[in-house]
Amino acid sequence: MSKAIKSITNPKLHLEILTPQEVKKIHDATLWIIEKVGVRFPSKRALEIWAAHGAAVDSGKMVVRAKAELIEKALKTCPASYSLAARNPTQDLVLDGNHVYVGTDGCGVEVIDILTGIRRVSCLQDVCDIARIADDTEEIAFHWVPVSAQDKPPGTRGLHEIKAIWENSTKHVQTESIYDEREARAAIEMAGLIAGSKEELRQKPILSLMQCSASPLGHDGGSLDAALVASEFGIPTGFMTMAANLTTGPATLAGNLAVGNAEVIAGTALLQLAFPGAPVFYAAAQTASDPRTGAYTGGGPEDFLYGAATNILSDYYGIPLSMGSFATGAKEPNWQAGIENSLSTFMASIVMADMLLGVGFLHGSRIWSFAEMMMDCEIFSIIHKTMQGIVVDDETLGLEAIAAVGPGGNFLSQKHTLKHMRDLFLPQFMDRRTYNEWETKKDDARDWALDKARKILETHQPEPLDEKISLEMIKIIASLESK
Amino acid sequence: MTEDLFQKMAQSILDGDSEIAVVLAKQAIQTGVDPLEAISKGFVVGVNQVGANFACGQAFLPELVMAGEAMKAAVATLEPEMQRRGTTRQVLGRVVLATVQGDIHEIGKTLVGTMLSASGFQVYDLGVDVPAARIIEKVKEVDADLVGLSALLTTTMVKQKEVIGELDKLGLRRKVKVMVGGAPVTRDWVQKIEADGYSEDAVGAVGLAKRLVGLD
Repeated sequence: MSKAIKSITNPKLHLEILTPQEVKKIHDATLWIIEKVGVRFPSKRALEIWAAHGAAVDSGKMVVRAKAELIEKALKTCPASYSLAARNPTQDLVLDGNHVYVGTDGCGVEVIDILTGIRRVSCLQDVCDIARIADDTEEIAFHWVPVSAQDKPPGTRGLHEIKAIWENSTKHVQTESIYDEREARAAIEMAGLIAGSKEELRQKPILSLMQCSASPLGHDGGSLDAALVASEFGIPTGFMTMAANLTTGPATLAGNLAVGNAEVIAGTALLQLAFPGAPVFYAAAQTASDPRTGAYTGGGPEDFLYGAATNILSDYYGIPLSMGSFATGAKEPNWQAGIENSLSTFMASIVMADMLLGVGFLHGSRIWSFAEMMMDCEIFSIIHKTMQGIVVDDETLGLEAIAAVGPGGNFLSQKHTLKHMRDLFLPQFMDRRTYNEWETKKDDARDWALDKARKILETHQPEPLDEKISLEMIKIIASLESK
Repeated sequence: MTEDLFQKMAQSILDGDSEIAVVLAKQAIQTGVDPLEAISKGFVVGVNQVGANFACGQAFLPELVMAGEAMKAAVATLEPEMQRRGTTRQVLGRVVLATVQGDIHEIGKTLVGTMLSASGFQVYDLGVDVPAARIIEKVKEVDADLVGLSALLTTTMVKQKEVIGELDKLGLRRKVKVMVGGAPVTRDWVQKIEADGYSEDAVGAVGLAKRLVGLD
């Protein structure tokens, strides 16, 4: 049985993090950057597309400078709303600005083993296990490739990974770990097997592609070629900026937003110039570098502000957002992880970022923890509940019950109570026991979360992928490996 | 008079001001100050002070980088005069740095380069997406003591192993120490590919490099 997916929708909470004037100022700064400073596109195909549309191309440096009119015209053809398809159509995700979905994070290199608790190098089996557990949760709506299948050859690793996820879950797959044209073509062929045909895949994109930019103001050649192939086949594609204050971006937040925006917007414009109307999304996970060491922080007030501000930008361009939240820098599931993941996810949710990345990581998206995965799901559930706000009407005021109880007494035996008590949030991992009960065991959320993950892994049977499709996928991968 | 100049030199490094550092270096040449003294009694004093400020948490990374760049500019200005006098600045070691083939991620590697060169290493930075053959070629050309290999992707990280294998084949492995870096690099990986060490940040890389060349 495929689970229904929990998403934040029709929120009562709002936040104006940037005024329309401020958004316009960032937009104008972005266009200035693209026109005057330029963005690096180290791909022959990309440079040819830019040149054909009249942009100034420095082929030696592979830097493109495009006028504001060209960028703005290109962005006009971005579809404002579309759906990400799932193997099970009831799990399709509507990217319409009124849904917030959570995915797994990616792409890590180590895993805290679900059985032994020992940290080790990630492998394909981990990808299978994480996908299977994610399939069973109501919070996780889609997959990123959570960890790298380092026991598979580098040239086809990304294909082994998506195959493993499809075989263990019916939910949508957004891969961030395919970044060359050859692998992208094979991935699309594999997705086509599930959708039925290339044409059906266009209607039902069960795969989407996320490519990282190379901040500041650059892209990776392989990523660009992969993104262009994806757009050609109607696979939703997004560019993610991870511009970081101090190192790959200016020290100031507005400047860092503008640098990241220039990367994403220029990349998006390229896809629209090549394939007008291709489904695209904005992706971002800006952060601040630690001022002392330059390290990636994976959390902090700057991240929280970026989480909220970026959706205002993507809304301005009318394209969905895939936003980095969670991804704590903490080394184990602890105080820091709780603060960072709660606030980053709250700030990205309150502005209705369409997709949130994602649950499960420690140490800045490097080490997968099954306990963190489950606790992150609970964080999302808490925010999901909070976002519903307070409903005020005759029923929720409950005057009849208030009058019946009168001064003193209690509400435990009221029909109104019986009717509404299940509206209240019931946590899975919060400790609400008596002190004595806690003292005898001294266990906590981390233990319960890990237990839950283990239990799901033992018991959950995802809807299997047709074996014939699996075999065809193996052939596609094998043909690439033999080349 | 010269004492005053040395002090200004140290201050220019503390301020991370490359332009002033260059002016002071030229002034030293014009007034006949020994360039080696200008470095050791002037600029290096500033570098050490920034290092000390950094170690106690007062200075931030950008100050360290700017000090490193100012130092590099000063040394480059003094270089012709050193050659004319037939003297050379003693370096702690020669380091070839590169981001491995297939990988374009630059910042970590560049930062390590700045830190190493500020600390007295001679750095040959080959840039990004560098094939193993070019790295080996450079190692031989400059008679390197150290090679630093950066990678951000698990799919390109394997190239670090390839370079180590090539060095091994040529019998250079005992002479040339290899340090690796990048977000996916872990202690396990370092052991697996038999590199000589890794650091999780640029400042740590300096300590590592010093250890690998037998200092500290």
